[in-house]
Amino acid sequence: MTHASMARKYEARKVTPKEERQATSAMIASLAAEGYETVNAPFGHALVNLARTDARIVGLTADLGKYTDLHILGQAMPDRFYQMGMAEQLLMSAAAGMAREGCIPFATTYAVFASRRAYDFIAMAIAEENLPVKICCALPGLTTGYGPSHQATEDLAIFRGLPNMTLIDPCDADDLMGMVPQIAAHNGPVYTRLLRGKVPSVLTRHKPDYKFQLGKAQMIREGRDVLVISTGFMTMRALDAATALAKDGVDVAVLHCPTIKPLDVETIAAEAAKGGRLVVTAENHTKVGGLGEAVATTLLTRGITPTFRMIGLPDEFLEAGALPTLHDMYGLSVTKVAEQIRGWV
Amino acid sequence: MTTETRPAALSNVSLARRAWNIRRKSLLMGEVQGQGYIGQALGIADVLATSYFHAMSHRPDDPEWEGRDRFLLSIGHYAIALYAVLMEAGILPEEELETYGMDDSRMPMSGMASYTPGMEITGGSLGQGLGIAVGMAMGLKRKENPAFIYNLMSDGELGEGSTWEAVMSAVQWKLDNLICLVDFNNQQADGPTRDALAQGDEEKKWAAFGWHAQRVDGNDLDAVVAAFDEARNTDHPGPRVIIFDTRMCKGVPFLETREITHFVRVEADEWAKALDVLEEGKPA
Repeated sequence: MTHASMARKYEARKVTPKEERQATSAMIASLAAEGYETVNAPFGHALVNLARTDARIVGLTADLGKYTDLHILGQAMPDRFYQMGMAEQLLMSAAAGMAREGCIPFATTYAVFASRRAYDFIAMAIAEENLPVKICCALPGLTTGYGPSHQATEDLAIFRGLPNMTLIDPCDADDLMGMVPQIAAHNGPVYTRLLRGKVPSVLTRHKPDYKFQLGKAQMIREGRDVLVISTGFMTMRALDAATALAKDGVDVAVLHCPTIKPLDVETIAAEAAKGGRLVVTAENHTKVGGLGEAVATTLLTRGITPTFRMIGLPDEFLEAGALPTLHDMYGLSVTKVAEQIRGWV
Repeated sequence: MTTETRPAALSNVSLARRAWNIRRKSLLMGEVQGQGYIGQALGIADVLATSYFHAMSHRPDDPEWEGRDRFLLSIGHYAIALYAVLMEAGILPEEELETYGMDDSRMPMSGMASYTPGMEITGGSLGQGLGIAVGMAMGLKRKENPAFIYNLMSDGELGEGSTWEAVMSAVQWKLDNLICLVDFNNQQADGPTRDALAQGDEEKKWAAFGWHAQRVDGNDLDAVVAAFDEARNTDHPGPRVIIFDTRMCKGVPFLETREITHFVRVEADEWAKALDVLEEGKPA
């Protein structure tokens, strides 16, 4: 960064009125919109429930047990928990080795460390061998204000290119709890993003009979004017934006697509082909190489050409700061999602 | 140990002859391709012979037998040597020798688990084998399976940070079922290993981390056998390493004295000559 741009940022901060400045927080719970109930450590508890019925389940972490909710397994079933230390390359190779000996390892760390530091180990020791290692990573996309060292804004792009890998970006506690047994049952490697701590329950609130299905996109809300195809917590944003837009007479459908790879191309193509709707993708990820490009490819190769727009993060290293401020800045807040859609309709 | 688990060990064929056979098969494969990591194969043949015909429990007709000792080839480019020992052990049919490195072969130039019976992992991305070995050793302990994990790695892999992550972890988890074999020929792709990223006294370094460490002449069969016996039988409550000082091209003097490089150049007319020279040193 040049001195000039640093100076610009500093000047910009000085002019923010003190009472409007927010403090940086790493807490994922700050994502929850008002009105949603939360579930405590849904991933950790779901994993314990599964481990009680399946002796093959083990959990490994690289010094981030407490920050990925894997400590819940460590407390409940200490003999299934492996603290591997601050060594992500070892974490992934050891998980591969345990899978070779019949275990189903859940390996947890932050998304930045799995995707950037341990990639070759995931590629060669796990994916090339199609081993059933489940890589579960907290702090996906823009879910922390710590800056680029912790913001995994390109993890899905990195792993989308990796053969054999199944990719998931769950929206909420409902997705996380439904997902754990299904990814364990899947005979191959999985990379999933995690939400930890108090995680909102969103999907069953909008669709009471919602159940996560691996590989399936599901309509959460019907609508005539706009089809939002969203993944991760951006489905929550899309649903809340849809509520706001309804007051303006804009009828928004939301298709939740938690499995990024393999993509549910049939459902996506069928919904996008229902004529007349603006199609918008929404993801907590750079617009490069994520859900938006995957959907665009799906539609173009099938000759489906609706008006198409993408909501996602810019191709930049993002700023540090308070998460609500950053979500506004980069267009991921409910207000900004609604504004963008309103501008396109 | 039941008799059926170590059939090769009961054979009358001497280890010296096994090692010679491995060298000969490696040269034959090199001749097929006109190239190959023959320097490494000739250098490591004594260690491989001792692994498969003295130390390890395995069943040639059932390479995935649950009770087998696992042999991981972290250094994928040593595959030519491992194919030779797998043929010698009867795990791979010898007729396939002439397919080495060819289209549709089960024996690619760099070893991969999905191609070859008896190839436990896909090596080649150097610095991965020992970490996988740690996980497998932990998995064996979960199952209370008394088998050993052997990981064969190169001195160059000692430069990879991931190797040292695994070194620390094996001690942390008291993996006394893990035996690491380091082929120290002091030669990596660009030159001498010690000129690139030296660790000082390698044996002391491993010992300082808490490993049972030995260093022996990897081309002295008696010393190699004794080191394997010690590594298997010590009551050290943790992992074991044997650093083998080996001579590249061992057994073919005119190649041994050639300027040694990572990829030893052998001219088209020299393969037959190398086989002839090897023949002169054929043990009983």
